Amino acid sequence: MRYVKAENVAEVVQLLQDEVGVARVLAGGTDVLVQLKMGMVEPDLIVDIKHLEGIKDIVSEDGGYRIGAAVSGAELGEHAGVVALWPGVVEGVELIGSTQVQGRATMAGNLCNGSPAADSVPGLVAADAVVRIAGPDGVRDCAVLDIPVSPGKISLTKGEFITSIFLPKRPERASDAYLRFIPRTEMDIAVAAAGVSLELDADGTCTAARVSLGAVAPTVLLVEEAANAIIGTKLDEASLEILAAACSAVCNPIDDKRGTIEFRTEIAGVLAKRAALIAYKRAGGQ
Amino acid sequence: MKNIHVSTTVNGDPTEFICAPDESLLDVLRDRLRLTGSKEGCGSGDCGACSVMVDGRLVCSCLVLGAEAEGAKIETIEGMAKGDDLHPLQQHFIDGAALQCGICTPGILVAAKALLEKNPNPTDTEVRYWLAGNLCRCTGYDKIIKAVQAAAAEMRGA
Ligand SMILES: Cc1cc2nc3c(=O)[nH]c(=O)nc-3n(C[C@H](O)[C@H](O)[C@H](O)COP(=O)(O)OP(=O)(O)OC[C@H]3O[C@@H](n4cnc5c(N)ncnc54)[C@H](O)[C@@H]3O)c2cc1C
Ligand code: FES
Ligand code: FES
Repeated sequence: MRYVKAENVAEVVQLLQDEVGVARVLAGGTDVLVQLKMGMVEPDLIVDIKHLEGIKDIVSEDGGYRIGAAVSGAELGEHAGVVALWPGVVEGVELIGSTQVQGRATMAGNLCNGSPAADSVPGLVAADAVVRIAGPDGVRDCAVLDIPVSPGKISLTKGEFITSIFLPKRPERASDAYLRFIPRTEMDIAVAAAGVSLELDADGTCTAARVSLGAVAPTVLLVEEAANAIIGTKLDEASLEILAAACSAVCNPIDDKRGTIEFRTEIAGVLAKRAALIAYKRAGGQ
Repeated sequence: MKNIHVSTTVNGDPTEFICAPDESLLDVLRDRLRLTGSKEGCGSGDCGACSVMVDGRLVCSCLVLGAEAEGAKIETIEGMAKGDDLHPLQQHFIDGAALQCGICTPGILVAAKALLEKNPNPTDTEVRYWLAGNLCRCTGYDKIIKAVQAAAAEMRGA
């Protein structure tokens, strides 16, 4: 195995493209190193991207924020601007692992690891976040929703890697929330999870929404029927029931020791409902 | 596998070592630098016994490559006492019997120190969440939380 501390984007792309064996980008390493040690992957090349210029920066852009691919969870959580604009995205990221894991783990790594239960991904999908990808053909942007393909598999092609994630601007009365269910309060993998982002008008009526689910299908789900259930309402009980039912209807979860299919399906709707109410309150709804 | 030469700073001392590209910082600290205070409980990021600071951030050294230490500032449990003077956290762990076998203790001390630097007056709940990635098989967490709080109180007074 070779370890290379890359100095610029072009070098990363070249290294990834030229490697005939198994190559891995290294961000926080909290998945890569575990997989390396367990022998789940035997990389021939590790490319450390943490020293590229700007890769650890969070910058304002068009009223939103561009977050470098190597920004850790701890760093993101300390950025008052991002926390204020996208609290639901931040709370998803902050649920990843322990304080120690937060010191290293990145959103891009969480997304690229490809776990259906990745905690930052539903929030990013609800936020309609866009990743910037550098590759052999130059730079392209792609919605977070289109990155996961199946468990452990993502849509990036050989030579490509994520350089940043963009969280867009939003109107005054808008917010988001993320909730997951785990059998204990810390350090576990989501059994089901939901992210909700919404916008309100002056009298508290929801004018736009995105609802996403994690851990209940091979990839993160965007549930348009659930969003439609609350658009035009003030999140009354009846609309929330329709939202929950729409969420449960699209679930296609696994059955394992941490949650049965029935449980995951039902709880996904409950979590979406609760997350919607939290986002509504945060957005200034009564 | 080609070995890598790394220049770093450990507990304030400029340090150089040679390691394999897939060697963890924990293995480097223990086996090459003979700093055996950091422990390996799991090797997979779950137990926190290997906790160290890298550039001011609390991390599991079992999930950092030795090669990543290039140019970084590493702080380990060995740097916590000043000569024979124990850090208040160390003293309160002894006074409050907040350890038994002691395997988890170096990691907990490093993690607790990082917490108190960020938040000198945490609630018990904040201490418990901060230390959720530090597992102890023997002591029971109450004594650990109490020792951290006693040290925090002393440090605020000082
Ligand atoms: C103790 C422990 C607890 C955990 N708890 C949780 C949890 O609660 N929830 C959760 O979702 N996850 C959890 N994880 C998993 C892990 O911490 C997260 O998935 C984390 O976000 C990974 O980020 P990283 O920067 O460490 O990724 P890395 O390990 O560096 O990389 C992960 C994958 O993404 C690829 N990659 C990284 N960055 C890029 C990039 N910029 N472009 C292209 N590919 C890239 C890597 O090659 C690798 O395949 C836990 C892990 C540990 C060890
Ligand atoms: S040895 Fe590193 S977390 Fe357990
Ligand atoms: S004292 Fe033995 S593991 Fe904590």
